[in-house]
Amino acid sequence: MSVVQANTTMMKKLLIVSVAMFGFGFALIPLYEKICEVAGVNNLLNADTLTGNVQVDTSRWLTVELDANTRGLPWQFKPMQASVRIHPGELVEVMYEVRNNSDREVAGQAIPSYSPQLLAQHLKKLECFCFTRQVLKPNEVRQMPVQFMIEPSLPDDVRVMTISYTFFELSNDLVDTGGKAKPI
Amino acid sequence: MAAVHDDHAHGHGHGHEHGHDDHAHGPPKGMMRWLTTTNHKDIGTMYLWFSFSMFIVGGLMAFGIRAELFQPGMQLMTPEFFNSLTTNHGLIMVFGAIMPAFVGFANWQVPMMIGAPDMAFARMNNWSFWLLPPAALLLVAAFFVPGGAGAGGWTFYPPLSVQMGMGMDMMIFAVHILGASSIMGSINIITTILNMRAPGMTLMKMPLFVWTWLITAYLLVLVMPVLAGTVTMLLTDRHFGTNFFNAAGGGDPIMFQHIFWFFGHPEVYIMILPAFGIVSEILPTFSRKPLFGYSSMVYATASIAILSCVVWAHHMFTVGMPVTAQLFFMYATMLIAVPTGVKVFNWTATMWQGSMSFETPMLFAIGFIFLFTIGGFSGVVCAVVPVDIQVQETYYVIAHFHYVLVSGSLFALFGGVYYWLPKWTGHMYDESLGKLHFWMSMVFFNVTFFVQHFLGLAGMPRRVPDYALQFADFNMISSIGAFGFGLSQLIFLAAVVKCIRGGKKAEAKPWEGATTLEWDLPSPAPYHSWVTPPVVK
Ligand code: HEM
Ligand SMILES: [Cu+2]
Repeated sequence: MSVVQANTTMMKKLLIVSVAMFGFGFALIPLYEKICEVAGVNNLLNADTLTGNVQVDTSRWLTVELDANTRGLPWQFKPMQASVRIHPGELVEVMYEVRNNSDREVAGQAIPSYSPQLLAQHLKKLECFCFTRQVLKPNEVRQMPVQFMIEPSLPDDVRVMTISYTFFELSNDLVDTGGKAKPI
Repeated sequence: MAAVHDDHAHGHGHGHEHGHDDHAHGPPKGMMRWLTTTNHKDIGTMYLWFSFSMFIVGGLMAFGIRAELFQPGMQLMTPEFFNSLTTNHGLIMVFGAIMPAFVGFANWQVPMMIGAPDMAFARMNNWSFWLLPPAALLLVAAFFVPGGAGAGGWTFYPPLSVQMGMGMDMMIFAVHILGASSIMGSINIITTILNMRAPGMTLMKMPLFVWTWLITAYLLVLVMPVLAGTVTMLLTDRHFGTNFFNAAGGGDPIMFQHIFWFFGHPEVYIMILPAFGIVSEILPTFSRKPLFGYSSMVYATASIAILSCVVWAHHMFTVGMPVTAQLFFMYATMLIAVPTGVKVFNWTATMWQGSMSFETPMLFAIGFIFLFTIGGFSGVVCAVVPVDIQVQETYYVIAHFHYVLVSGSLFALFGGVYYWLPKWTGHMYDESLGKLHFWMSMVFFNVTFFVQHFLGLAGMPRRVPDYALQFADFNMISSIGAFGFGLSQLIFLAAVVKCIRGGKKAEAKPWEGATTLEWDLPSPAPYHSWVTPPVVK
């Protein structure tokens, strides 16, 4: 084989590797989701289940502040109470209210965020409006519950924490490339 | 012709043909020479000048950054502009200055060092270079569009990179183009090294510079496409309704960081492995001893490259990873320090009992070993999870990577330029200018960056235009150092220009301890070299 031929073969091989690696970058996305699922991190859309009996620790008080935001959709979104005082291990329900201020039907998905970060490991949510997308008719108002429990394993020095939700619009032309939030 | 016969005497035995060749296809004159050239030396020269001009542009941005940070308070610019400066300083130095400089070295040196007449794909080589100026233009022009240049950091983190104005699109396109250029360059380098070596030049006889570039080129082919992919995802998130990183549609901004650093950490080794190669050429020459542990150097380079693909998440210890993942990435990162240590050991052992002399290239090589090792140590400090949780996004990290990139990659590049200038230009550079450049750079570099360790440990965050009063003194020292360092680079420019225009005639082998093939060619190296390959024994 002449050098020129050998070089062309080599170039073809390397080009294939480059194209494959370009694809690999995209393949990392389902892979990442799979790993998060297996490792149990980042499952925003699944309800937790309580296993066994959890003791309510009445000796400790926790303040949970509730926060609500919207991004890019014509909704008004707020918690029915600014904060709740609870015990670790206690099952509580809080309500949020959302109002569609526009005269079109709008679908939204709420994404939670916790502060401090480690709250995520100790927060068990049995029910949440954020597990599914919400579709609001023009000017519809809806009250939605969140049912949760904070495990007594939460470190002692954490007394005040925040649960925050942000509603994002899901429109028809959204392509679902990320998690399991399905477009309409 | 005289020089050519000199070359004959040095032993490869085909000097005459070269001389002839030189006359037959000398370079065309004027602008067309540079636009259309497929000659590896011309292209190498263009890469080096391009890289130097980007070094000046990026340097001016650093000048702006340090001027604003000279005192606490906002003096010179808006915070948005400041953030554009840090973002584009990083991007331009990485993709515009350091990487093209190493490709320039590869173009000049690889064919001469392995006895090949040119690069494997000469025409593609020309394209790889000419992709760079448009990309640079995009980056610079972004400063003048509405909304200004990208300001979310050179790492493109969403959500900022999804939200910003069209400056961000220009940044993304520039990276696409630069990536394409790098991939083409790497394919060329790999093919040249694997297929075009002179008879007898077995892989394990290749100069270390060639080895390190071979491994670097493989890394580039592996990870550059991943960067291209991830910025493409950013682009579609911005304009085509996808939600890769957009929390709204179930995307995940943390995932961007994983994919980016999957490219990003190998990238930092892409910027240091060829530097290792240059230093491994300079040290034996001026110690007049063969490189200590040649084969262990090759294996260390390869293991660094492989390990570098599994440590990326040390850049994101604070994103809330599971502890097992943190531990894995911590230990994997520390493991890299082992082959790196092997290299430092071998370089030191090369100098041990050598008959050393301290010309400018050697000074830069020794400066490299000292300062790069400091940077390696602060890297290991950053790798310790509980420590890194404290120092992440502080000036400590800035200090770390400037020790490995400026006093590492850049010092090696300077050393390499002085080392090979006689071969490239046919003249000796001015030794006292070179030494002045080295000492000024050495002193001002440390003044600039050593104090940043203290700033970082005391908690000063990076990428802020203003800071609390207790950081004032160290910032002022750092800024003074930075101005000094920047001005010192004018000495470099002067030394190079002076050397191109004249100076003592360089012999074919101006360094008595040099052993690699390029020194068998006359100085300056003829336009076409090794048309008939040398035979390596
Ligand atoms: C012994 C070798 C090394 C180790 C253990 C190491 C470790 C680390 C770690 C843990 C970080 C993350 C720090 C943080 O963000 O909190 C980091 C950042 C960085 N390192 Fe290294 N490193 C090493 C060598 C290098 C080399 C050789 C280079 C480049 C030539 C380099 C360039 C960088 C850069 C550019 C960053 C910061 C990126 C950014 O956030 O903008 N490092 N290093
Ligand atoms: Cu890294």
